[in-house]
Amino acid sequence: MTENNAVVNTIESVTQHRSLWIDVWRQFRKHKGAMTGVIVFIFITLFVSIGPLIHDIEPSAINFRERNLGPTLAHPLGTDNIGHDTLAQMLAGGQVSLAVGFLAMLIALFLGTFVGVLAGFIKSLDGPLMRLTDLFLALPILPLLLVIILLFRDTLRTLYGPEAGIFMLIVFVIGITSWMHTARIVRSDVLSIKEREFVMAAHSIGTRKRRIIFRHILPNILSPIMVSATLGIANAIITESALSFLGLGFPPDFPTWGRLLYDGANFIQITPSRVIWPGLFISLTVLSVNYIGDGLRDALDPRLRGR
Amino acid sequence: MTLKERNVLLEVKELVKHFPITRGVFRREVGSVKAVDGISFDIHDRETLGLVGESGCGKSTAGRVILQLLPATSGNVIFKGRDLTSITKEELRKQRPQMQMIFQDPQDSLNPRMTVGSIVGEPLMEHQSLKTKERHERVEQLLNSVGLNPKFTNRYPHEFSGGQRQRIGIARALALSPDLIICDEPIAALDVSIQAQVINLLEDLQEEYGLTYLFISHDLSMIRHIADRVAVMYLGRIVELASSQSLYKTPLHPYTQALLSAVPIHDPKQERKRNRTILEGDVPSPSNPPSGCHFSTRCPKAEAKCFKEPPGWREVSKGHQVACHIV
Repeated sequence: MTENNAVVNTIESVTQHRSLWIDVWRQFRKHKGAMTGVIVFIFITLFVSIGPLIHDIEPSAINFRERNLGPTLAHPLGTDNIGHDTLAQMLAGGQVSLAVGFLAMLIALFLGTFVGVLAGFIKSLDGPLMRLTDLFLALPILPLLLVIILLFRDTLRTLYGPEAGIFMLIVFVIGITSWMHTARIVRSDVLSIKEREFVMAAHSIGTRKRRIIFRHILPNILSPIMVSATLGIANAIITESALSFLGLGFPPDFPTWGRLLYDGANFIQITPSRVIWPGLFISLTVLSVNYIGDGLRDALDPRLRGR
Repeated sequence: MTLKERNVLLEVKELVKHFPITRGVFRREVGSVKAVDGISFDIHDRETLGLVGESGCGKSTAGRVILQLLPATSGNVIFKGRDLTSITKEELRKQRPQMQMIFQDPQDSLNPRMTVGSIVGEPLMEHQSLKTKERHERVEQLLNSVGLNPKFTNRYPHEFSGGQRQRIGIARALALSPDLIICDEPIAALDVSIQAQVINLLEDLQEEYGLTYLFISHDLSMIRHIADRVAVMYLGRIVELASSQSLYKTPLHPYTQALLSAVPIHDPKQERKRNRTILEGDVPSPSNPPSGCHFSTRCPKAEAKCFKEPPGWREVSKGHQVACHIV
């Protein structure tokens, strides 16, 4: 009796409406690089979120007696030239860097896709929007950042406090200065997809334009969006470190991976680990996110699924 | 019931579609491709009208302009008494379920990221408020009626063969029980054996649901098989319109004669003996068609008049119309 039930169940599961996300997950699991990426990324996230609970030295604590140390029991990754604990700084900096990278990427992705889809789909908007994109590409980014930060830093600081204020500003600034490449790629893909017969078929059915975009066009341009998203995270982390280095980003005593890397560069001969650790973590994050994006792209394409 | 007694379902009047050619920085209009240059015909209820012509003569464009997938330059398309060229977008959207299209390339006309179930179910989602379960049932019923296994609803288009994909396209066109289906070379991309299957399916469906077809093709033998009446197009204009029997028996326009003589005969002995009309040269550019009769440059029988005046539309015998000075 139970055997019969089992048979009935399997037949039903074949004929049932197959869930897209279960299929995607099944295919994603087969991608070894992507699974490694997921594991590494989860490890990094846990490292920076749970780490401070275990290793509870204050990242801003200064101890001149213990400076430029190598690895010791009390300081597993050593200390810097004024006695900050490197591990504690890595943990605190990682939280900020990951958050900045993700949020800035999301903003850039959203803006880029929005502009790209509008420019590709609506002919009359194509010219103006693409010229706007060119304009942003041609702008010298650093002077622009300087102006934006000088204009808005104090207002945001008084509104949300010094750290939250500057965090929001940096995320926003990086986001609105890195959407242009996504927009260009998305536009060109929309232009080619919208001439395909299945879009015309959707028109002939009477599907509304909004639904055509969401149902027919966006799913088919997912791969370039995914790729620019994964590259975007790396870009945002690096840009943030450059900003901090110029004194435009977070205050000097506020650690981020990029900042640690730049500060450590001067002491590379005395304490090379100050450069190696942040560099390693930035690379690992970027690499793992890249692989995850790769796996997602393959898993979302039904033609590659099941191979 | 003869054709004359049936109602006119679709009336096309002097339909024109010109694509502008622009040049330079300011996109100055320097000319236009006259893809459809004033065609008129009507289709009766439950009839199949074949539209034939060689590549580039504007057949597909005509089909798309009739469904308002491309805006018409001028002319009228009257469907069930309503002029589609002048109604609002929202009214047109409400009219869409009654007229559907089957596309040429079954590979390209199905979204590769959607399952068969959602492709066939899309028109239902857009125009009817069915519950999910009812929609699935209707999709399965549609797949059944085009001879596909209803269990395939969760598969993706790339998992099917060309003929099966074309059936999916047909199921999608049938979903809203339309009256008119425009078949835009539905068999051109298929193998000969599969062509027959699809044609037979289309004929069965016509019988079952009382469909009206505008069947666009360049395959004269297929048109002879399926069409009740045939319109022959050359360079954006219709040159001859007649019932299938009368057109194939007594073609009047020199272009129709040339087209028909290009169809091979099964018997090699007869094939060797017969006199073929072979057309010289290429089709003139639709952006700069010849003055007078469009066919004058290649017509074996052209006279001085043909190069000057465009020929009028004349009914030679009952239901057999032709646009030619000589006939």
